[in-house]
Amino acid sequence: MALLEVSHLDVRFALRQGEVRALRDVNFTLERGERLGIVGESGAGKSVAAFSLLNLIAKPGFIAGGSIKFEGKELNSMSERGLRKVRGNRISMIFQDPMMTLNPVLSIGEQMVECLKAHRRISTKEARAIALDKLRQVQIPSPEKRLDQYPHELSGGMRQRIIIAIALLLDPDIIIADEPTTALDVTIQAEIMALLLELCEQHNVGLILITHDLGVVSQVTQRMLVMYAGRVIEQGPSREIINDPQHPYTQGLINALPQMATPGEKLNQIRGSMPSLSNLPSGCAFHPRCDFINRADGQPRPACTQQVPDFVESGNCRVACHMVAEMLEDRRLKEETL
Amino acid sequence: MTTSTTSTAPSRWERLRDSFLWYSFKRDRTAQLCLAVFICLVIAAFSAPLLAPTDPYDLAQIDILASELPPFWIDGADEMYTLGTDAQGRDLLSIILYGTRVSLLIGFGAVALQALLGVTFGLMAGYLGGRVDAFLMRLADIQLSFSTLMVAIVVGAVVKATMGSAFYSQYAVLMLILIIGLAEWPQYARTVRASVLAEKNKEYVDAARVMGLRSRRIMFRHVLPNTLSPIFVISTVQIANAIISEAALSFLGLGMPETHPSLGSLIKAGFDYIQSGSWWITLIPGAVLVVLVLSINLLGDWLRDVMNPRLYKG
Repeated sequence: MALLEVSHLDVRFALRQGEVRALRDVNFTLERGERLGIVGESGAGKSVAAFSLLNLIAKPGFIAGGSIKFEGKELNSMSERGLRKVRGNRISMIFQDPMMTLNPVLSIGEQMVECLKAHRRISTKEARAIALDKLRQVQIPSPEKRLDQYPHELSGGMRQRIIIAIALLLDPDIIIADEPTTALDVTIQAEIMALLLELCEQHNVGLILITHDLGVVSQVTQRMLVMYAGRVIEQGPSREIINDPQHPYTQGLINALPQMATPGEKLNQIRGSMPSLSNLPSGCAFHPRCDFINRADGQPRPACTQQVPDFVESGNCRVACHMVAEMLEDRRLKEETL
Repeated sequence: MTTSTTSTAPSRWERLRDSFLWYSFKRDRTAQLCLAVFICLVIAAFSAPLLAPTDPYDLAQIDILASELPPFWIDGADEMYTLGTDAQGRDLLSIILYGTRVSLLIGFGAVALQALLGVTFGLMAGYLGGRVDAFLMRLADIQLSFSTLMVAIVVGAVVKATMGSAFYSQYAVLMLILIIGLAEWPQYARTVRASVLAEKNKEYVDAARVMGLRSRRIMFRHVLPNTLSPIFVISTVQIANAIISEAALSFLGLGMPETHPSLGSLIKAGFDYIQSGSWWITLIPGAVLVVLVLSINLLGDWLRDVMNPRLYKG
């Protein structure tokens, strides 16, 4: 049994103009100590997925269907009390902006002690000792001093280290990191990412890394999901997806990396932009931006504009694309005739 | 073994000395003067039994023959009574000291009650939202649609009628605290709710929820400290308002009885004699009231400028 099993997760937002489906049919599993990446453009539903894992979707959002099983227990139907025991304790989360995540009026020590005391019956002294130990693990300079400092006295990199220390405080099984390095200086990004990876390996903690940086995903994670407009469009081992992307969108993302462009030329980009979730194109949501949509005769493939693609297995990956399905079918027919 | 050392952490006093609050206070003459006046008045009022030459509550010390004596700078003054005497022959200085104590007690007590109710309700309304919010805020609207005076008159009249005025006089301080406290809590609730609405969407609240903390704990320990500056600022205004409300009620005869007068009831008591030339009985307590309220209001203005630079009216 996998540590975390998400199947057919469906999240909707009840808005004035009607229900918007922020996530549809998301499936994945996470084993103990495994690292999973979730990539996609802004608005693809990455952060919604992270929040719904802890059942913390804010109104007007709600989980409309599917299941999230943690150690075989269904988080979707768990009581608020039961969920509190999971949050922070077994599954913790790192947010994007370290400037905003720490409470400005409480000292670092107070925030760490509070988190420990919410889950364990220990004295403040013991809690401070644990907090200090975690601060040492994240290699922060002079950790004793930090406990009594306030967030505004620390730099962005240090704050993110403290947030990682808080995430590790209760030795969780899974850490969800929602773009943990986006708000940081480029030179510090690599440092923080390396630290996070090292700590996860050391403690055998599972990591769900949400990012739009494909380079980081390929270095850090073993498997990845590519999301587009609330759906997973490609998932499988990270290395295979990065080396041989099947879905036109994934191909576009990889092509858009700065290192893929020829020097002196413009960077590659995917034309158009992500559609609004309340007004999705028919069929495959990506078809208006897809470069492969026009066949030889210049007409779009009818299936692409009419039918939402199902997943097809391609090697170790699963891809939701009509074109890939067609190619695989062609290949299978050829092999049969041979 | 891990032992935490806190020797490097600055003490509270050092923090205050380094803070912007202290810096701004050092440069603001008005604030210094107001704080000095306010502290003098508070100390004088609360040490009234030590400072006052006579005990105005002790009927045995009152000499009706010495009534309406003028203050020392006017002919016919008695050396014993620096600020003269009132219509009952009580020493005006003593009774003003005791009266200021009553006024301050009611002012602070009423504001404490307002803050307790208003902050709790405002926090709940803002953080929990939905029906709780709608219910509490409509309650606040209803409360605000009665004026303080109207509530006080109704409550005071009902209590006096049912329990008798002896009972009312005995518990007048508590009654006034209760009335003014209940009448003005929506001010707090609205201010707190507005800042909670702004605070609750910040990421540290999400982070606290992700940590698995209870709502109550997030509300009081994480959100509340972040809404303290507007609370401080309106507290000063509310203390001044509460003192004035009390004075107004006493002036209307619904406040402190004449045996245990507040500044308001002193003004009222003296008002009857203003025509007969004994102006000091009403004007001197009036001046004390004005100075007290003015110093609190000016301190509040200064505090607002320091705590919310955006509001600065330059």
